[in-house]
Amino acid sequence: MTVVSTRERVLAYAFLTFFALTALFPIVGVVMLALNPRDAQVSGFSLPQEFHPQTFVEAWEIAQLSTYLRSSVIVSFFVVIGTTALAILAGYAFGTMRFRGQDWLFYLMLAGMILPFEAVIVPLYYDLRQFNLTDTYASLILPQIGVNVCFGTFWMRAYFRSVPRSMLEAAQVDGAGSIRTLLRVALPPGRPAVLTLVVLLFMWSWNEFLLPLVMVTKETLRTAPLGLAFFAGQHTTDRVGMAAAAVIVSAPVILVFVIFQRSFIRGMAAGAVKE
Amino acid sequence: MTAQGAPAVNSAARRPAAPAPLPHPGARRRRRRRNLTAYLYIAPAMVLFLVFALGPFLHAVWLSFFDWDGITIGTWTGLGNYRAVLTDPMIREAFGHSLVLIAMFATIPVAIGLAIATIMTTVRVRGSTAFRVAIFLPQVVSSVVVGVIWNWLYAPDGPINELLRSVGLGSLARPWLGDFTWSLPSIGLIGAWMLMGLCMVLFVAGIQQIDGNLYDAVRVDGGGRWRELLTVTIPSLRYEFGVVLTLTIVGALRTFDLVFVMTRGGPGTETTVPGLLLYNRAFVDGRVGQACAIAVILAILVFAITVTIDRVAAKES
Repeated sequence: MTVVSTRERVLAYAFLTFFALTALFPIVGVVMLALNPRDAQVSGFSLPQEFHPQTFVEAWEIAQLSTYLRSSVIVSFFVVIGTTALAILAGYAFGTMRFRGQDWLFYLMLAGMILPFEAVIVPLYYDLRQFNLTDTYASLILPQIGVNVCFGTFWMRAYFRSVPRSMLEAAQVDGAGSIRTLLRVALPPGRPAVLTLVVLLFMWSWNEFLLPLVMVTKETLRTAPLGLAFFAGQHTTDRVGMAAAAVIVSAPVILVFVIFQRSFIRGMAAGAVKE
Repeated sequence: MTAQGAPAVNSAARRPAAPAPLPHPGARRRRRRRNLTAYLYIAPAMVLFLVFALGPFLHAVWLSFFDWDGITIGTWTGLGNYRAVLTDPMIREAFGHSLVLIAMFATIPVAIGLAIATIMTTVRVRGSTAFRVAIFLPQVVSSVVVGVIWNWLYAPDGPINELLRSVGLGSLARPWLGDFTWSLPSIGLIGAWMLMGLCMVLFVAGIQQIDGNLYDAVRVDGGGRWRELLTVTIPSLRYEFGVVLTLTIVGALRTFDLVFVMTRGGPGTETTVPGLLLYNRAFVDGRVGQACAIAVILAILVFAITVTIDRVAAKES
């Protein structure tokens, strides 16, 4: 705010550097570990003796990552698209329309945001089993939409409330129906809000573990985190290979985070109630 | 967010419900059509939410009154499962472990996050984006990957023990996750590592909204940095503290992935948590009713904590 002494400045950098390293060290350490040959006996933290990217190729094959990543991509794609579409529609109604029961329907969705998924998973498994839906993509996709759509609606409602009423009314005077008003007038300026939602949904669905753990027995349906957990359970001694597999599994989310960090962090901060 | 958003919703939504005299006979029809349009927009989201989230939760409440193995026909036991939850030493132990995790999650990352946020906003640091991205990174990594990473860090010949040995503290080295005393705090430390970035981001957003004149007033009074922190920053962050504590405490209660991947509740039962227990009861032991009772209690605790903290934090602000 105002005067900052040199001593304070130095202390500040030292402090921030320490915690940045604390945050990064485990992640960078695993990347370093993964660059070793798979038969290397690595103990402790060390820079790899030689650059050995071959390990990633081997881990990719042994851990069957192409199968797991494929099903992760499918699941994440449909969860993101489905949740975003439904959240835009519902958020539009909550944010721009007046209707009976608006109040308690919105509170219901707020409650859904708080509802811990652990409290849903057990009966959900037996309900889906009854309809022969376990071990399907539907069992991995639909429940995630059902849970995340509450946050999505909340998020999009906040955006639609910020759209000037005069803009919407002008469109209606011009004879546009509600869906035309949504697509042509209300939604286009909301691209940043939608982008933030998409990025957050991608992270949540990519990292989801409990749902595939419970729903899926078929190997081809295993998502990347689930596949990694199985790999880690079976190859406890293959530490280098496991590190390489872990790096590959987390790379997509880290990449998206680094590219979109601004909207990512803003979204996490604003939507913090979700978790 | 809930605290700020809720009152506005109230006033907006109540307006049409008020019994206003309707001048035109067509007005009622028009209003009904308007309702119908809104319901159509909400319906797809609502249906999926009801079928895949709220419905199963209500089913959990129902199942929690039964003795059921998941296959044969269940028998009604009334509150039997809840009585068991209160008396079963394993379950009580698991909730006790939650308390330990809550104590760690709600203090360590909150204190670190507040310190980083204060420093970042006081000193105009170069490359603050880089610091922010780095410190936030653990939050975005899949919990399974976090498990793999920390399994290696905590391993008997892993980096942490190697470091201890290299500085002559070899007597402190131990297989952290296999240690009866240290396994639970070791898990708690990982949670703190994951959460500090989120705490930092929330506090930074809060501090940026504080009126700069308040700091000037402290300085005119001859107060230093500590006075600024204690008399201006912390009291002004009441709402942010509410959000941060809700997140960390609920996060501690909901811990499952880390424990499942790293220790499966071991050694012995030293790291069992409610989430792991309800998974085991339902899918390993075939005691679905009891698993549902744990699930319901977990949900009630999460709701109670969220609402209570929200009420307290929203008061006065």
